[in-house]
Amino acid sequence: MKLLLLSYISCFSLLTFFLFQDKELEESISRGADIYSDFCINCHMANGEGVEKTFPPLAKSDFLLNKREESIRGVKYGQQGYILVNGVAYNNIMPPMGLEDEEIADVMNYILNSWGNKSDSIVTPEEVSMNVNK
Amino acid sequence: MKNSISIIFIALMSLNLSCAQQTENEVNSIDNPPFTAELIIDELQIPWGFTFLPDGSMLITEKTGQLIHFKDGKKNIVDNVPAVYVRGQGGLLDVVPHPDYANNGWIYISYASEEGDDKGGNTAIIRAKLNNNSLTDTQLLYKATPNTTKGQHFGSRIVFDDEGYLFFSIGDRGDRDVNPQDITRDGGKIYRLNADGSIPSDNPFVNTEGAKTAIYSYGHRNPQGLVKNPMTGEIWDNEHGPQGGDEINIIEKGKNYGWPVITYGINYSGTPITDKTEMEGMEQPIHYWVPSIAPSGMAFVTSDKYPEWKGNLLIGSLKFQYLERLELKGNKVVYREKLMPEMGRVRDVRQAPDGFIYVAVEGKGIYKLVPKK
Repeated sequence: MKLLLLSYISCFSLLTFFLFQDKELEESISRGADIYSDFCINCHMANGEGVEKTFPPLAKSDFLLNKREESIRGVKYGQQGYILVNGVAYNNIMPPMGLEDEEIADVMNYILNSWGNKSDSIVTPEEVSMNVNK
Repeated sequence: MKNSISIIFIALMSLNLSCAQQTENEVNSIDNPPFTAELIIDELQIPWGFTFLPDGSMLITEKTGQLIHFKDGKKNIVDNVPAVYVRGQGGLLDVVPHPDYANNGWIYISYASEEGDDKGGNTAIIRAKLNNNSLTDTQLLYKATPNTTKGQHFGSRIVFDDEGYLFFSIGDRGDRDVNPQDITRDGGKIYRLNADGSIPSDNPFVNTEGAKTAIYSYGHRNPQGLVKNPMTGEIWDNEHGPQGGDEINIIEKGKNYGWPVITYGINYSGTPITDKTEMEGMEQPIHYWVPSIAPSGMAFVTSDKYPEWKGNLLIGSLKFQYLERLELKGNKVVYREKLMPEMGRVRDVRQAPDGFIYVAVEGKGIYKLVPKK
């Protein structure tokens, strides 16, 4: 009986945790969509496809999906110089957009969960604030 | 038989003619450009604007807020530059000397400013003097309101006309349905001031109740090129359209250039903005680009250094990363050519007092186009 109660409670709390995070992620994504159409869309385009050899894609981008920390840093401090995205070389400049940490978290959650991208762990403003310029 | 030859001849001729009409919206590549591009100032991030002073030195704005005085081959960071609002497309933007700089020393600068009570920023114009590597005598000539945290469309090119009036652009600030068509609001406008910042008494809306009286023309989206046509004295702009529909316009007093009621562009999402490309009472561009090249900077070639290019327009492409040369017949673009292909995002282009063309490229620096002998 005790065991049953314990497992019930742990299941319940886990479930609420996930549901809560899901809702939090959903809201962050929806705020991130607004940020995206304000600051990002004119280069990275509506479906994250970018412009070949000029502005790298975000949709199914190996750089974005595998290099989370560098991606956050790029949005926060700007990005300059050579990078390789899905096997194509880009050597360009993205200025820092002047976004707040919360806005960066939101837009990261949006691009990590759009156009076929999927990320299980939510980007939080705390994670962004701990990201330092190297 | 004789007949058929002439029919074929006429058919071929008309084919040629129809091709000729299409070339204006097709950019041509060339193999052997008549110049070499020499990098004269390196390690610049986003050189948004630059200009020349009588002593041959240059002033360059870095979008992040630095004003650079390039003299005798050295970069000096100018002090006492106003605090800029660096967000989205905003930052330290254009820099232009007064036409009589040699006598009055005034330098005009546009930037995104947080001045005012609301959160965010909007475009401001100041004038100041350069003394001992510092800006002095700074006067705020115009500050658009309200502030907004939107990242788009600060406009910000500055130019003087032959009569000494100061023109500048402010984009729609990401609020296209509210700002460009409303002359009681800032944004989506070309403005005209006297050189001291006062409003000319014959500005078009000085007697319109509630109007922003500095407005000279309206219905613009985001003009990032603004020049005087040296042949006619007219003010010309280029402006970013949405997806498709970048434009060149001739700026006339009190006229409405239509954004967003008429446009050749569509939303980034692919959905239409409007089904209209023209309307009574709204001006047509003299040229539009589909697809968008994302034009920035603009210069007429008048010098003898590039005899083949006399009277041509040069415009930077941010999106496709080249310098575009446009040949004109009257007010019509008849030929487009791609120079400096894949050079990088071309932000600004100017003809210097020495007659040479200089080009600012993001992430690279400033190039001088040296004609081949």
